[in-house]
Amino acid sequence: MDAIIQTEKLSHIYSTGTPFEHAALEEVDFAAYRGEYLGIIGRTGSGKSTLIQHLNGLLKPTSGKVLFEGKDIWETKERTHQTRFQVGLVFQYPEYQLFEETVYKDIAFGPRNMKLDEGEVDRRVRAAAAFVGLSGEVLEKSPFELSGGQKRRVAIAGVIAMEPAVLILDEPTAGLDPVGVESILGNIRDYHRAKNATILLVSHSMEEVARSVDRLVVVSKGRIPFSGAPREVFAHGDELEAMGLGVPQVTRVFHRLRAMGVDIDPSVYTIDQARAAVRDYLAGKGAV
Amino acid sequence: MALKDITLGQYFPGNTPIHRLDPRTKLLCTILYIIALFSAKGGAAYVVLFAVLCACVAVSKIRPKVILRGMRPILFIIVLTAVLNIFYTPGDPIWQWKFLKITVEGLWAAFFMVLRISFLITGTFLLTYTTSPIMLTDGLEKLLGPLKKVRVPVHELSMMMSIALRFIPTLIEETDKIMSAQKARGADFDTGNLFQKARALVPLLVPLFISAFRRADELATAMECRCYHGGEGRTRLRQLRYRGSDIAALLGGCALVAVVAVLRTLGI
Repeated sequence: MDAIIQTEKLSHIYSTGTPFEHAALEEVDFAAYRGEYLGIIGRTGSGKSTLIQHLNGLLKPTSGKVLFEGKDIWETKERTHQTRFQVGLVFQYPEYQLFEETVYKDIAFGPRNMKLDEGEVDRRVRAAAAFVGLSGEVLEKSPFELSGGQKRRVAIAGVIAMEPAVLILDEPTAGLDPVGVESILGNIRDYHRAKNATILLVSHSMEEVARSVDRLVVVSKGRIPFSGAPREVFAHGDELEAMGLGVPQVTRVFHRLRAMGVDIDPSVYTIDQARAAVRDYLAGKGAV
Repeated sequence: MALKDITLGQYFPGNTPIHRLDPRTKLLCTILYIIALFSAKGGAAYVVLFAVLCACVAVSKIRPKVILRGMRPILFIIVLTAVLNIFYTPGDPIWQWKFLKITVEGLWAAFFMVLRISFLITGTFLLTYTTSPIMLTDGLEKLLGPLKKVRVPVHELSMMMSIALRFIPTLIEETDKIMSAQKARGADFDTGNLFQKARALVPLLVPLFISAFRRADELATAMECRCYHGGEGRTRLRQLRYRGSDIAALLGGCALVAVVAVLRTLGI
């Protein structure tokens, strides 16, 4: 597999030369592959936000490199600027960045900065709005009249409209109700499938990432201690617990069952897998 | 451009004798220092003032590099003052070209003016670097307390000041965040002519104002929930109290003014 975006020995130190100096990232080697759905998990202050802001050139590495499609994004000023359109970043609580008079204009902000012609801008705005489930009439409203959940959709559409090859979302479901969470995660999955885009989902909720992603990267204290398929990562249950992260509840239940002497596969992390595992176990015992 | 690098008026926590002084003492000492600075005349007085400043910086453990970085934004003013003084002070010309002339007096005046401004700024930096904004406004409120008798709303003013100071870092952080978010959508804040730059600020300022109003609203509600109704009868968590070191510092400040005054009359 070829990496679409990667970092080489990336370090970032904040507030150098003041008493507040601290290293947020230390020699991080990170890679995301074309078309994969990647989860990034870590506690508040682990360095995950710093990491993703390097991926589209918002932060400049103190040392080390960030490569997009194999080339350093800091090579030229133009390249850094172009990378911002190729690697879309949706910040936490993105609804606070809305500023235009209408939803349409706000979503069009990114595509217009790309200097696309009006026809293409219009197509992208409508496509992006459709991805996040915004109807045509909402486009003409002021973003400030909308509900919190709808504002969030508008803000996400504003990044999707640039049709980035890599879409990074920082806690896109923070503060939403369960229905809102489901629908936003569904929108992201749709974009992933439709565009074969690389998705990086940043979260601290194990349940949330476990359901969606192909691969998980754990960030802790400015380093990446583990990465791999959710099944492999969740096998490090105790270490994750020590980092203050934990594993999905269902995984914890199965680990406990195993500790109690039940011969069952503990590497499950979704309800469906749990159901299958229980069924296998019962079938093995001849109960079903 | 990183907004986080702005250090003007930023507090650096520490536990040095200067950090521990009562904020009122530090305010008064700063005023005394400024008085001494503006009555200073002649090299000897500046040497004394410089020595005192260096000693204070050393005791406060603030790195000189930090102070120099804080001076960068006002470098322009310093240079401008120096240039104006060099060319516009009357006296013996040592160099002349058409209407431009440099005088010996001008060079000296420029030299001392630069020293004066840098000392002034370093002195006030020392105050804000070693005193938390809350302590500073508490001290100010106490110092101005007597003005309440003549109906100056001292408490309200100092509450406004502490709220404003409290929100500066929050707003800077917020600005940084919104800027990053808009840059992620290809906004360009650095290039273009003045008009384009001003236009580029709209995506930054609109969300910033909205969030500032939201925060103000939330804060007002939170204050009312805790029954805030002004300064009348309100007691404090931190009581300000003068200690021995404060008296020593104040005496030191007075002594400095006296020394400078004596040097001035002696004409050294």
